[in-house]
Amino acid sequence: MTDHLEVRSGAYYDSVSLMQVSRQVASASGVEAAQVAMATELNLEVIGGMGFVVPDGVQPNELVVAIRATDDEGVANGLSALDSALAALKSAGSRSGGFGDAPAPRTLGRAIAAGEANLALVSVPGQYATIEAFDAINRGVSVMLFSDNVSVEDEVRLKDAAAASDVLVMGPDCGTAVVAGVALGFANVVERGPVGIVAASGTGGQQVMALLDAAGVGVSHCLGVGGRDLSAAVGGRSTRQALAALAADSATESILVVSKPPALEVLADLEGYAAGLGKPVHWATLGAGRPDLTAAVEAFLSATGLAVPTWPSWQPIPNPASLKDRGDQEPHDPSGSVGSAGEGRYLRGLFCGGTLADEAMLVASGELGGIRSNIPLAPELALDGDLRADDHVVIDFGDDGLTRGRAHPMIDPTLRLERIAAEGNDPHCGVLLLDLVLGHGAHPDPGPELADAIRGAREAARSGGRELPVVVSLTGAQGDPQGVSATAATLTAAGASVHLSNAEATRAALSLLSGTDHTGESR
Amino acid sequence: MTTPLRGLLGSDPVLATAGASMFADALRDQAVVVTETDWQPPLEGTAGQLASVMGDPRRTDANALALQRMTAAGADFVDVRPAREALGLERGTFLHAGPPIEWDRASGPLKGALIGAMLFEGMAETPEAAEVALARGDVQLEPCHHRDAVGPMAGVISPSMWVYELRDEVHDHTSWCSLNEGLGKVLRYGAYGPEVIERLHWMNSVLGPLLQQAIRAAGPIDVKSIIAQMLQMGDEGHNRNRAGSLMLLRELLPSLIVADGTSADIAEAVRFSGANEHFFLNLGMPACKLSTLAAEGIPGSTVVTTMARNGTDFGIRTAGTGAQWFTGPANTPEGLFLGSYGPDDANPDIGDSAITETAGIGGFAMAAAPAIVKFVGGDVPLALRATRTMYEITVGEHTAYQVPILEFRGTPTGIDVAAVARTGILPQINTGMAGRVAGTGQVGAGLVTPPAECFTQAIAALAANARA
Repeated sequence: MTDHLEVRSGAYYDSVSLMQVSRQVASASGVEAAQVAMATELNLEVIGGMGFVVPDGVQPNELVVAIRATDDEGVANGLSALDSALAALKSAGSRSGGFGDAPAPRTLGRAIAAGEANLALVSVPGQYATIEAFDAINRGVSVMLFSDNVSVEDEVRLKDAAAASDVLVMGPDCGTAVVAGVALGFANVVERGPVGIVAASGTGGQQVMALLDAAGVGVSHCLGVGGRDLSAAVGGRSTRQALAALAADSATESILVVSKPPALEVLADLEGYAAGLGKPVHWATLGAGRPDLTAAVEAFLSATGLAVPTWPSWQPIPNPASLKDRGDQEPHDPSGSVGSAGEGRYLRGLFCGGTLADEAMLVASGELGGIRSNIPLAPELALDGDLRADDHVVIDFGDDGLTRGRAHPMIDPTLRLERIAAEGNDPHCGVLLLDLVLGHGAHPDPGPELADAIRGAREAARSGGRELPVVVSLTGAQGDPQGVSATAATLTAAGASVHLSNAEATRAALSLLSGTDHTGESR
Repeated sequence: MTTPLRGLLGSDPVLATAGASMFADALRDQAVVVTETDWQPPLEGTAGQLASVMGDPRRTDANALALQRMTAAGADFVDVRPAREALGLERGTFLHAGPPIEWDRASGPLKGALIGAMLFEGMAETPEAAEVALARGDVQLEPCHHRDAVGPMAGVISPSMWVYELRDEVHDHTSWCSLNEGLGKVLRYGAYGPEVIERLHWMNSVLGPLLQQAIRAAGPIDVKSIIAQMLQMGDEGHNRNRAGSLMLLRELLPSLIVADGTSADIAEAVRFSGANEHFFLNLGMPACKLSTLAAEGIPGSTVVTTMARNGTDFGIRTAGTGAQWFTGPANTPEGLFLGSYGPDDANPDIGDSAITETAGIGGFAMAAAPAIVKFVGGDVPLALRATRTMYEITVGEHTAYQVPILEFRGTPTGIDVAAVARTGILPQINTGMAGRVAGTGQVGAGLVTPPAECFTQAIAALAANARA
């Protein structure tokens, strides 16, 4: 076995691209393992954990190449795969000499000027995102700030500067936006229509768009504003601008505001502001005692005179092996097909979408009481750093704390997949509740990978003598490239039940946990 | 009523992105026009300061004003006079290139030039005696820039030396520069042998007074217009001044040849000036100084107003931070060497001539002067790439100085400290190389960049001054 480690200076690549590069290097002939990453603290830990010794003094701006191969030839194959992978990355922004193209713009401001852009999208690491966002604002261009880990002080400065320039800051930590039919970041492919959405939540906005899509209602724009916009500190700065813009927009007939649990005084303030806009504004703002997103969308549809559909769901296909053992089961009865919860008593919700996790906790805590989380509903419910507790647990893998130095779990699902496997082996886990979000930006075909993990966890549970029911909340629109139905079929084949409504998925999980049906519906 | 958000919701989105390329790909899949940023993290440790500077509400307008003033500044050659008279330079004070420095830390070429000036001024009989007096602090050393003057290489100006005087009538500024001594063993490269001192005396007694008569009769001469023309004739105004020198001579000749002097002296003055390919440099530099002088003192501006080197330190100043210097150790240029000289003979970067790059010519206009690569090294694509890359760190384009091969695009002008820190792209400077040992003279020419710490210090100071 031969280890190769080198540090390259003067080259920066984003973490998503390097993940793909690492995969290509790892698949070269004779390579056993490979990690190609910028030398952030987290990445150095990973490389150290693989048994490589990284020299001291390596800067986060430097590229670390770690290759483990069967022999020298394997290393050479890996390096050659690396060179071609990096060359492919560079080809988009190639710098030709002579009379060829000018060098690619190096700052967002230059890119805006070169392309005469009227909208900017920033997804650089959070500590640098404020710089780029100001560059866009200073040039009079609205900016979607996908980056997270931006301080609330910077957020307020950016939004004040934007308001002064009459441009919008969508973010930070804004996963979703649809502007004039163009999907930005993680966004679902929905029909254009009369509903304007203001989303202080990425996956919350996506969930609402998916439900509207299922109801046959289109969207004019979905303006993300960042998950903290309705907090007391930010005070709804972007929401106010977005409301005014949608009110003046001829394509928008009614407005729906989607938010994580807001500060109540900010919400009250915005409700007062919205009342004077001359267009109906509805609120899907999560919180204790407030309707969940599905209920809010249903209320919106009714108020707008539209029919409320039955939200799509897909029942699990029973495992043949399991059927053989337990020949008396009814294949189409959800509680029967997944069996009793056995000794596992606890709900384990593993989410990529923060708002979906929030909503699940709000729905479930009525039945279960306090739920431990890294984004807890109350401070005393916070999980320790290891994110483990012998209790009901809901984890948001997309939270700032878990994405520092790594890509969002909708792009890099490693951490969540590991946790799914761990839950399969945990006898306390009574039901597994997962989300899966489709659309632009998400994994091109996330179904099989998640289905494998579900199958693995269920098999591990079965070896441990228990049945592990799995419920997936699948947020997607009919037009999404991954296909809602196809993805649902892949997941049900692995034994999961699948719901388009996150609230319904949560209730289904609760019913499986206690063996009773809390949804009150029969299918 | 105006449409909110500048009409964003009613128009087709045209995107610019910075960050993960998958988002740009997803947009292209929707047939949206996307311009991607080739983004890299900023210089180490500057992120927080850059966030403050970029958020300073004064910055955009302040930088636009700096650029407007830099490009509007005039540069008329109006007079030639002794420094004593023109600059009010008192006996016992010598000016030098670059940021402030004391004798002990001075490099070989600067020491050599100071020794030469002592000999020339008659303040010492021998080089040894001059050195002792200088070490003792008999002479007050002061940067040329502190008096709105500039000097190439060592840039030493003593009170008796004659200087060119240029005026910016738009902003009512004056700038000065020493007369060019030609190439080879010359004071500005740290040589102080008898032939050097003898030439300086001749320049004082013959050349200076003749040029004075000529310019007073022919002037003012529009130097800015000569720079604009020379860039279209293959010069870049720092290390290649052939066309500029001929045009200057053409302007001066009619009055020079009828000046009050012996025909032998006039013939020698014409021969000397005509033989000197860098005759124009000492007018181009103060013209550039007038441009950057116009941008000084604009609160909130992150534009560089001075880049200068003394052979030990590289120093910059910015429009938003006044007279404060931000310095770091000068790099040693890389390039081509004269005769048998090699890299070990070269002194670190020296001279006020980087004022040309500060004002948007020199290395920034390299694409206009592809022939220069035969002098400084590299190839023609490098010359084109150098100019094109400088657009990434400048506020805008010069309105008068243009590059024909880039479709007459204005040269990149107004170096933005924030853009340098964000991109890590350092200003490209074309320069001559002085021998490191005092008295050697020129050993080559090449390319050099400032040390990054000049810019990290400047961004820290700008951040401290930034408004929220």
